[in-house]
Amino acid sequence: MRDKKEPVLETRHLGITFGGLKAVQDFNINIYEGELVGLIGPNGAGKTTVFNMLTGVYLPTEGSVILNGEVLNGKKPYQVVASGVARTFQNIRLFKQMSVIENVKAAITKDTNYNMLDALLRTPRFWRVERELTEKAMDLLAIFKLEGKADQLASNLPYGQQRKLEIARALATNMKLLLLDEPAAGMNPTETAELLECINTIRKRFGISILLIEHDMSLVMNVCERIVVIDYGLTIASGLPEEIAKDPKVIAAYLGE
Amino acid sequence: MSTFIQTLIVGLRLGSIYALVALGYTMVYGIIRLINFAHGDFIMVGGYTMIFTIPVVLALGLPAWSSALFAILICAVVGMSTELVAYRPIRKRGTSMTALITAIAVSLLLENLAQAIPAIGPNPVVTSQIFSTGGFSISGVTMEWTTVLTIVISAVVMVVLYQFTQKTRLGRAMRCVSEDKEASILMGINVNNTILLTFAIGSGLSAVAALMYIAQYPKVYTTMGAMLGLKAFVAAVLGGIGIIPGAMLGGLIIGLVESFTTSYVSSSMADTFVFLILIVVLVIKPAGILGKNVGEKV
Amino acid sequence: MKKSITKGYIINIAVIAALMVGFELIKSATGDSQTFKLILVPSLWQCCYLIILAASLNLVLGFLGQLSLGHCGFMAIGAYAAALISLACERAGVFADKSSFSFILVLLGCILAAGILAALIGLLVGIPALRLRGDYLAIITLGFGMIIVNIINNLPFAGQEGLSLGSASASLYKNGLGFGTASKVTFVWVAIIVTLICLTMMFMFIRSKYGRAIKAIRDDEIAAAASGINTSYYKIFTFTYSAFFSGVAGALYACANATLSTSSFAFTNGGILNSTFIVVMVVLGGMGSLTGSVISAIIMFILNYEIKNGIWVKSLTGFLGGMFAYPMLVYAIILIVVIMFRPKGIFGTYELSLVNLIKDIKNYRAKKSKKPDKKEAK
Repeated sequence: MRDKKEPVLETRHLGITFGGLKAVQDFNINIYEGELVGLIGPNGAGKTTVFNMLTGVYLPTEGSVILNGEVLNGKKPYQVVASGVARTFQNIRLFKQMSVIENVKAAITKDTNYNMLDALLRTPRFWRVERELTEKAMDLLAIFKLEGKADQLASNLPYGQQRKLEIARALATNMKLLLLDEPAAGMNPTETAELLECINTIRKRFGISILLIEHDMSLVMNVCERIVVIDYGLTIASGLPEEIAKDPKVIAAYLGE
Repeated sequence: MSTFIQTLIVGLRLGSIYALVALGYTMVYGIIRLINFAHGDFIMVGGYTMIFTIPVVLALGLPAWSSALFAILICAVVGMSTELVAYRPIRKRGTSMTALITAIAVSLLLENLAQAIPAIGPNPVVTSQIFSTGGFSISGVTMEWTTVLTIVISAVVMVVLYQFTQKTRLGRAMRCVSEDKEASILMGINVNNTILLTFAIGSGLSAVAALMYIAQYPKVYTTMGAMLGLKAFVAAVLGGIGIIPGAMLGGLIIGLVESFTTSYVSSSMADTFVFLILIVVLVIKPAGILGKNVGEKV
Repeated sequence: MKKSITKGYIINIAVIAALMVGFELIKSATGDSQTFKLILVPSLWQCCYLIILAASLNLVLGFLGQLSLGHCGFMAIGAYAAALISLACERAGVFADKSSFSFILVLLGCILAAGILAALIGLLVGIPALRLRGDYLAIITLGFGMIIVNIINNLPFAGQEGLSLGSASASLYKNGLGFGTASKVTFVWVAIIVTLICLTMMFMFIRSKYGRAIKAIRDDEIAAAASGINTSYYKIFTFTYSAFFSGVAGALYACANATLSTSSFAFTNGGILNSTFIVVMVVLGGMGSLTGSVISAIIMFILNYEIKNGIWVKSLTGFLGGMFAYPMLVYAIILIVVIMFRPKGIFGTYELSLVNLIKDIKNYRAKKSKKPDKKEAK
């Protein structure tokens, strides 16, 4: 199952410079199929910037992003999604005026193979595809126990469920690599434990790779197989959770010297 | 050759008026990221105020142009009221889309209110010359005093405004709020008052523009602000919205383009050309000539 | 699922059929009366193109979330295209008179051509314009709208004075489209059916992956792109689609009016073809509700009619009288009041669905009575 030879995601000397500021430098990471890797570091270290480069929001000024052998540099965000990378956001970005299930359906962009004519004439193909979309969306919602709220407005959900909906929406894109940006932010311990359970469920069910940005150390240490630490745009440590916890450089970065 | 010089002068004069109006647009946009569609209509307000106050002022033995002081005052009040009554509540609980629609609605309201009020009414009002006519000639090219005055006043205003935003505390506060509202609050700047001040200055400027415009074309009508405002907005965008020297630069360019198009192509195509410039700028470099691109934080 | 789809079709078709039967009954009862001919029928024409116009802008403003102030330009293209093509057909002898079958073909062809031409221009405008957002998009579409009208103005065969006096000869236009009273009555069914078809096409668009995509773009464009939606494509597609319907509305306008003049489409004009009037209709009805656009178009039409013709209006004096002499002032007030106090408009994002009507009414009643304890602990 674990294909150690070819990584799903590989970055080579990835970096970006804004004006005079080197936000991220020489970022190298390999993520293999089914792995869950954590990306941690103090605030402003450049973690979300890495995500933005991986998803095509920023164009890297140096280095490359390679997904299953395909170079992603320069692709627009929606093309990156089509290649197989999906993400959630630090500040939840749901489609507030749409219902819960519509949020998920909107993200199912593969296998929606009907065209405008089908939509206008309401052909059997249209109804079939729409039915499949609904089934798939309900399926995903069920993983997060949201199926009962399918027709509610997304903005009416409590915070914790909104986060879950965002993850469900990302899953709907059928990605191979899922980028989670601080999914546990603003959650209490119960909600965090639920989130952990969800992450484990989706890993078992979909076999996808996950790159996780998180500040909640209990979550990180519990669920990540490997951790990469960056500070001021540079990678200062990389390895198993136990090693990272003891690494003096990491401790210094978080606590200051 | 003299036609060329003449066209150039007309363009500079027109451009100076556009620059004055563009300054107001750019200051307001810089601080609240909203195109105040009603800004052009403040010019109309200024114009009509002067129509009413010129007789009063003349009766008091003051020169006609001192009515502009009243106009500046009235326009500033109208500007601040618009911000207080219309824009501020919408900023608090609306989206940027509703704010935009509100701006359009205010503009519409002002224009049509003026048409409906019988005292102001739909018909244009012709006024007397504000400044003495006459000018001087240099090698066959006539230059009126009003033209010189317009260009000089415009330049002076820009310099004064620039110094104001760079050197004074209030001016710096305006720049701070433009850059980062939250940080400004943390630094103890009264953001609401700063915004009000910006509106006051910007609207006051449109009164000055009205003065210069009437001095040249002594006719006031309810829709005079609409086209003027739109073109001044194009000027502000061209030069770089939010940037004071940009408004001046943009204003002059638009004035020259309009003047040359009217002379050498046709007057009916002048508006089209101005809008074409807008389209080109927005497609190639939306930040404008002097502007810098700032993306949205993800 | 299949059963409710069939049920849906049956209910919708039944209601439409009932409405048409009702209309025919009214016509046979009052058909020859002056009221019917001079008031009801022209009103129907005007309502039809206003409804299509409002709904088409709602696609862009309410569902896609972008403000376009240039739709009057697309309507102008549609109107002039339809008028000129019909004129050309007449000169070429394609149809003999308005009662022939070939005329109906020409009529339908003109309407379609008007829409397609407007859509093409919409595509050309949309490609550069939709790279921008918010304020900038509003201004650039305003600019395009003005340029389009200006260009039509300067065309030798359309001309500034309008198609009644322009270089295309007056009598010719009167025999092209530009229906007289009798023809308006004969062909009003064309207007109604075209309106129904347009509304259906827009509804189908919204209730599909296209509608979901543009609503996602409206709510959060960055998240939409991150969910795999090709935002540029959907924005341009929707804009073009919307321009098509504006063009069709323009064609209907050309039918209902004996003369065409570019000044009616100008932005500074205070009439109903003004882009801002369309915005008022959309905002009043509800940005995001096609039902709302239909209802508000009818409301605004009635309001406009009353202001222009109401006897009670004529008796008002002074400031009030002045106010109603300028309908645009009334509309501006409506817009401000709506946008400040109920930005969702009348219908918000509610969409009328005949199938679910009874259920919706029950839900609405239940919600109203439960209001005090609606805010339960979440």
